[in-house]
Amino acid sequence: MSSAHLIVLRHLWVLRHGRPWNLVVNGIFEPFLYLLSVGIGIGQLVDGGATGGDASRYAAFVAPALLATSAMNSAVNETTSNVWWRVRFDKLYDAIVTTPMRTGDIAVGEIAASVLRSTLSATCFLLVITALGMVHSWWAVLAVPAAVLIAFAFSAAGLAAATYIDEPHHHQYLQLCMLPMFLFATTFYPLSVYPTAVQALVAALPLYQSIELLRGLTTGQLGVGMLGAVAYLVAMGVGGTWLAVRRLSGMLLT
Amino acid sequence: MTTGIITPVGRETGTGTGTERALRAYRYWTLRYRRTWRGTVVISVANPLLFLIAMGLGLGRLISPDSAVLGGVDYLAFFAPGMLAAASMQNGIIEAAFPVSWSRRPGGAYPVAAGTPLEPEDILHGHLLFMTVRVALSAAAFLLVMVAFGAARSPLVWLTLLAATLTGMAFALPAAAWAVTLTDVGPVTGIFKWVVMPLYLFSGTFFAVEQLPDALRPVVYVTPLWHGVDLCRTLSLGTATWPTSLAHVAYLSALVTAGYLLARRNYRRNLYA
Repeated sequence: MSSAHLIVLRHLWVLRHGRPWNLVVNGIFEPFLYLLSVGIGIGQLVDGGATGGDASRYAAFVAPALLATSAMNSAVNETTSNVWWRVRFDKLYDAIVTTPMRTGDIAVGEIAASVLRSTLSATCFLLVITALGMVHSWWAVLAVPAAVLIAFAFSAAGLAAATYIDEPHHHQYLQLCMLPMFLFATTFYPLSVYPTAVQALVAALPLYQSIELLRGLTTGQLGVGMLGAVAYLVAMGVGGTWLAVRRLSGMLLT
Repeated sequence: MTTGIITPVGRETGTGTGTERALRAYRYWTLRYRRTWRGTVVISVANPLLFLIAMGLGLGRLISPDSAVLGGVDYLAFFAPGMLAAASMQNGIIEAAFPVSWSRRPGGAYPVAAGTPLEPEDILHGHLLFMTVRVALSAAAFLLVMVAFGAARSPLVWLTLLAATLTGMAFALPAAAWAVTLTDVGPVTGIFKWVVMPLYLFSGTFFAVEQLPDALRPVVYVTPLWHGVDLCRTLSLGTATWPTSLAHVAYLSALVTAGYLLARRNYRRNLYA
């Protein structure tokens, strides 16, 4: 009997003392600002071509990408910075492994808690962009489960990465992966902008696959590639979880 | 003059002039920096450069090169100097807010330094010198790449090194003055979310202020980052005029001065508490 849900309960218990609405505000504030900046400003500058021209079309192009990015950021931050803190300073898991809980439960529980948090902010952001008229298809209801999948893939990968972080400045290297992904994984312009050789490289990024999935669902332009994206994210999540369990077991000496 | 065994430490005794003491505080920060510079290169140099490439070159391909609202230049030439100013703001706050609030905690670098002949002003001056050097070095790295990309339109672009450093310090000094009063670093992360990000996105960095609704424009004109952005941009494009440039410099210098006076007062109050 797995007891991974206890980790989720523990985090909810801790959160009870904080202010839960902070989570939502923190999750959607930054993508919302980007959306306004892009919608009002950059959208007016973009002249036709791949995205169709006017500012609202461009904002609808960028909105699902910001949704994917916010799911990625909140998932990775939760499983890297927060878990790292618990491992290195709170020594939380050192206490937990003396109970019947196994490291596998800890890993799965951390990932589940991160997915819960990330899905919460992604859903709120989805409501915001729907209210702003940037969602053009009923398929968008599937964007919530898609966000869960994206959060799972990045939470698992983040947890695996967290086990390799020995010093605080290593977190900077993580940002060095996430920021270029945010900027280059077709967030602000389509894949066709890149030279052919670079296109394959960009398409291999997990954030690109996430954006493709959400962009297809919110614009209603479905494609076979979206199934590929789903398979990619599932594989990334399962692989990340496997690695995280392995590494955590080594670190916690069980 | 002999005054007994216990001599009062301070300005009167042989601990050097104020400049020498401040340089000792500065040396502390440079010694520390030898161990931590790798992480800071990522955030203060790689980060804005990635923005420059992604937005200036990538997004620029979707934007018509002679857009009137951008002043008739291509997007890269418009965006790069704005990004330089915005990155300097971020670097100024990063260099000031976290280290200052972290150093002033019990057992931190500040209380320890205050236990030596260093006066709070010396600690402040030494740290400020270090912040200025850091902001200027990051701006110089960005500026070189910007010129290499062909984003500059005028030889005046080299003056943006001074303009960007001034912009960074206009944020660093008030940030330091505020951070030294904190007993916990928690609130510092808040200013990145509530101050740095909104300014970054709406101070004319990514698009012209003229594109904003009429009601919002005066708000942007009041923000210090817009003055830094416009100063850097007009210098880089060669469209700078004396009256507007001097007004920008005066505005930013006023912030530096006010921040300095406030910081000096707060350092003395909080380090002798």
